[in-house]
Amino acid sequence: MHTKPEDIVITEDNSSRLCARTIKADFPVLSQNINGHKLVYLDNAASSQKPQTVIDELSRFYSEDNANIHRGLHTLAERSTNAYESTRKRVAKFISCQNPEEVILNSGTTAAINLIAYSWGEEHINEGDEIVITEMEHHANLIPWVILAKRKKAVLKRIPITSDGRLNLNGIENIITDKTKIVALSHMSNVLGTINPVSEIAEIAHKHGAVVVADGAQAVPHMPVDVSTLGVDFYTFSAHKMLGPTGVGVLWGKKELLDKMQPFMTGGEMIREVHFDKVTWAEIPHRFEPGTPNIAGVVGFAAAIDYLEKLGMDKIRQHEIEITKYALEQLSKIKNLEIQGPTDPQIRGAAVSFTDPDIHPHDISTFLDSKGIAIRAGHHCAQPLLRILGKVATARASFYIYNDETDVDRLVEAIIEMRKYFGV
Amino acid sequence: MLLDDMYRDVILDHYRYPRGRKPIGKKDFSSIGHNPACGDDITIQIALENGNISEIFADCKGCAISTASGSIMAEYIKGKAVDEVKEIAQNVRQMLKGEPCDLPDDMGDIDALEGVKNFPVRIKCALLAWITLIEGIGNYESGHADEVVVVSTEQGED
Ligand SMILES: Cc1ncc(COP(=O)(O)O)c(C=O)c1O
Repeated sequence: MHTKPEDIVITEDNSSRLCARTIKADFPVLSQNINGHKLVYLDNAASSQKPQTVIDELSRFYSEDNANIHRGLHTLAERSTNAYESTRKRVAKFISCQNPEEVILNSGTTAAINLIAYSWGEEHINEGDEIVITEMEHHANLIPWVILAKRKKAVLKRIPITSDGRLNLNGIENIITDKTKIVALSHMSNVLGTINPVSEIAEIAHKHGAVVVADGAQAVPHMPVDVSTLGVDFYTFSAHKMLGPTGVGVLWGKKELLDKMQPFMTGGEMIREVHFDKVTWAEIPHRFEPGTPNIAGVVGFAAAIDYLEKLGMDKIRQHEIEITKYALEQLSKIKNLEIQGPTDPQIRGAAVSFTDPDIHPHDISTFLDSKGIAIRAGHHCAQPLLRILGKVATARASFYIYNDETDVDRLVEAIIEMRKYFGV
Repeated sequence: MLLDDMYRDVILDHYRYPRGRKPIGKKDFSSIGHNPACGDDITIQIALENGNISEIFADCKGCAISTASGSIMAEYIKGKAVDEVKEIAQNVRQMLKGEPCDLPDDMGDIDALEGVKNFPVRIKCALLAWITLIEGIGNYESGHADEVVVVSTEQGED
């Protein structure tokens, strides 16, 4: 009697691969059927699913510890404050930051970048200064800079992309100059999958005295990130893309910069002393955490980080390199399908955008949904990039820890069937 | 989910072979529609003769549903009186939104669009051509035919 493939159990320790099937079982939402088919969730770049441990932690917090933080002297207030503050330490350790005060907990990447653009930008950007972004930015790391440049009559410059979706650093010396005050770039593109050479660009920027912001929304969930060696000054990410609750995120910033920054939003919890005519601000990080935050979400976020660390970020990255390699191979066998981004899985993540010359991405998405496959179709909040790619929209399949090659196979089969269905 | 209920044969036929794509000579009014959610665009140009639509150019760049909807519209409204077309377009809009409507018995291929209403995220795709037509006629009636109206599916349409 021979073993069927599904009988082979690969344990985590003696394989470089994760066992996606075992992982999938921890995510209740993934066990359902959609339109009569087993759900294949490939919209992870938009938001990841949540393991039972995270869901349980939210419920446990509300059932046992719920109270506002930093303001009560009773037992529950102490418990919730401790849980909240211990997540801050957890996050700091996760990104190799030595000082948890440098970790500002907020609602996500969008809030974090706006904070930098308004608080740091208001003070340091003047008429004629240059702000550098790249052509592949998500609107979250684009619009705040467009608005800041307008407000300050500063110049917005951009690092262009190559035809295979990498940053084109030829001529970077004309883009990042002594006039450059800030460089903002994504660590990993949500459309192209490209992992950008953040350290290299940060080094150039620092030579010119500029500050560097990296949008890590797509990077932190998928690879080890160490802010102590990355070389940037600010780093941002969102919990919901890394197994955590929605409405929670992180702004990491160097203490010497944060210390000198004015608050972006004002109100409760972020002050030292308040008079009718004068207010002094709290120390960091509280200066940048006004009002009652998403306490339960933050507490749940710690459970998400636990889950990721148990798997190991190196292994997660390795797993995704393998899936990306397989997905690129299989998708490129489909006639006429156009795939965006680098072809080398070593320099990209597992968000794969593609278009079919004959079928609009919305029709692709609707068809795949009828087969139980969830992908994203649209402009992915990166309209300027899509314009450069010459597309109004793309379809995007993005993979995570609970996906494996069988999900790629389901996707590829469905696309082939779709082409027959539409008669193209 | 009944995919075939939305992508009916008639719809796929209009998608593959869209009608109303031949440029027209003179035009009496035109309008442009845009669906920012997916980037679909439509340009409509209409020529009139004695209050009837004598020629129509409807160029839709987009998904199967918006393309087919534009094609069905172009085919159906040709030769009809502007007043009547406006009434029909408003009723098609209501039909797509699942509201009570009063459509004539002979709807041509319009009834093939009915399946779209069961796919809420795709209703705007089907609406684009019709709301663009309604705005174009409205503009013409209010004496601004020389201006091209630009319509967005995000303006009060949901
Ligand atoms: C690269 C990138 N930056 C920023 C964001 C915005 O994140 P959030 O919506 O969580 O603020 C996203 C996700 O949508 C993203 O993919």
